[in-house]
Amino acid sequence: MEPLVHVRDLKVRFVSRDSTVHAVNGVDFDLAPRETLCILGESGSGKSVTLRSLMRLNPPRLTKMTGTVRVGGHDLVTTSERSLADIRGSVVSMIFQEPMTALDPVFTIGMQIRETIRRHETISREDAERRALELLELVQIPSAKRRLAAYPHELSGGLRQRAMIAIALSCRPKLLLADEPTTALDATVQIQILLLLRKLQQDMGMGVIFVTHDLGVAAEIADRVAVMYAGRFIEEGPVSALMRDPLHPYAQGLLGATVHGGVRGKRLTTIPGAPPNLAQVPTGCAFAPRCAYVEPACLAAVPAARSPIPGRAARCIRVPDHAVSTAA
Amino acid sequence: MIVLTQTTEILRQLPDVGGPAQPLLTIRGLTKHFPLRSGLLGRSTGVVQAVDDISFDVRKGETLGLVGESGCGKSTTSRLIMALLEPTSGEVIFDGQAVGYGGLTLKEYRRQVQMVFQDSYSSLNPRLTVRDSIAFAPGVHGVARRSAVTRADELLEAVGLDPAQFGPRYPHELSGGQRQRINIARALALQPRLLILDEPVSALDKSVEAQVLNLLLDLKDQFGLTYLFISHDLNVVQYVSDRVLVMYLGRVAEIGPVDTIYNGAAHPYTAALLDSRPSMDPDRRRLEPPLQGDPPNPVNPPSGCRFRTRCLHAEAVCADKAPPLAPAGPEHLAACLMVLPGSGHSQAPKLAA
Repeated sequence: MEPLVHVRDLKVRFVSRDSTVHAVNGVDFDLAPRETLCILGESGSGKSVTLRSLMRLNPPRLTKMTGTVRVGGHDLVTTSERSLADIRGSVVSMIFQEPMTALDPVFTIGMQIRETIRRHETISREDAERRALELLELVQIPSAKRRLAAYPHELSGGLRQRAMIAIALSCRPKLLLADEPTTALDATVQIQILLLLRKLQQDMGMGVIFVTHDLGVAAEIADRVAVMYAGRFIEEGPVSALMRDPLHPYAQGLLGATVHGGVRGKRLTTIPGAPPNLAQVPTGCAFAPRCAYVEPACLAAVPAARSPIPGRAARCIRVPDHAVSTAA
Repeated sequence: MIVLTQTTEILRQLPDVGGPAQPLLTIRGLTKHFPLRSGLLGRSTGVVQAVDDISFDVRKGETLGLVGESGCGKSTTSRLIMALLEPTSGEVIFDGQAVGYGGLTLKEYRRQVQMVFQDSYSSLNPRLTVRDSIAFAPGVHGVARRSAVTRADELLEAVGLDPAQFGPRYPHELSGGQRQRINIARALALQPRLLILDEPVSALDKSVEAQVLNLLLDLKDQFGLTYLFISHDLNVVQYVSDRVLVMYLGRVAEIGPVDTIYNGAAHPYTAALLDSRPSMDPDRRRLEPPLQGDPPNPVNPPSGCRFRTRCLHAEAVCADKAPPLAPAGPEHLAACLMVLPGSGHSQAPKLAA
């Protein structure tokens, strides 16, 4: 069976007159139906650009995208803008960090949901209205009927985020993309939205790709986690294994640098330095300048993904490769 | 009385006045109401009760963590303490001296209390180099230009930046973490005794956040500082604080030693806030959100206890009576009728006969 998402050697460059930014430098992954993948990374790692590529939302005139991106059987690299409009919303849909800028301020929530449904399906106004109400109830908005007539500014942050989820789910997409949807929310609201997304994913049988910089969020929602650095997946694996025992030095550093309960009084381990400038593609391992274990071989070539255990992989030459070690 | 003379070569930290037992900062009944105006005539249509009658102490040498959700008044509190906003009522007392009106003048006060803001870019002057930004305030306080610049370079060194490389740069040439280090260096330039840190690491990436937190802990020892650390991140507050103050809708919900509160919160809001943290363990995920809904609007806060609309233990009495801060243990106060003896709440302790 074909996976829901199939990405091979995805590269994204942003080309302007002055400079070229190599935002994504060869990303490979598959996502099974009903699976939740978390892409974890710091700002500038290319996680949001990767996510936007799955809907081809990066600015078309500046973006050079190569490789294979297939979502639900559709080729997103070559397909026309016209058929893309049909795919967006019905096959793949997206929620954003800031609902106030993602929602249209001059239309009511009800109108924005109806508009999305009627763009994709031939359905009467009344039926669309009924579906909109069901959707608001699905995302657990209290007094849903009254909220249909509300404008985005009349809702609180948590309700706005729920309304955006309702719009994204209005045409029952197979794949939901989420770009830091809980980062702007308060702690007590963040956990509500995370649990809601987890429930909706299970009830509707969607695949979800969730971008975040917060390890705690990944631990709550992910089946698998991919850690991104300088435009590549440097480690990938099941969430429990990866969080218990990360393989790549960057992933280890990220876990050590995260403040969580029980580290009080201890000094935090830090990663020295800063991420590389992506105006040039790094020739060796992009993390080498900050890595404590660096050796000459790290700088020679970009480390290939090595898999010590089936299901896990890391791009570090220090990680034993299962295929190699059994042959030896 | 503190006298700054023009001959001060390098500013030194001002001496302790009231001794170690006297709190460095005492806040009494601090209140800030913002009037809402609308229409052509700007008639008043209500007030936002951003901060409503809060009192607490910051002790010498401690880190007091201030947590709460957006709209709870934590940033307004920091601006009131810094005298960037005029309070509606209440007073700020610094080491035994009232601030303003016959007490400590603002210039003397701000020499001893400095602030670091969340947005590292907008809090730096884009037209000053890093070195000039740090040397600016000592110049205002009468330090000669040459010694202020020398001092700026020492401070750059102290926050882990090479003075020769970073001194002549402008804020837009720096990363977020570097800019926040500059803000910290600038705050230290006057040798203050109290530093107000308003979400200093919230805008930073995790690996940079850890660097800045380590730096803040080092500087506290090195410069003999007291911190008021404001954040919405409960893990970070637990990491840095000695005591914690929890705010909800403009009022103090709970205050006490960090371990006491994190191991057993007395206020139901604090408990829910702590339970809302992601578990960090995929095998023990949260199953139910501890609270429903968002915090209410501070324009028309609920009567009585402001948390009662979201509280699982709310009873009729909670709507009538605003709970005062009551002792819940050693050095531990909570504003909940379940803690106050004889409050009328069914779970309150009985009054001793």
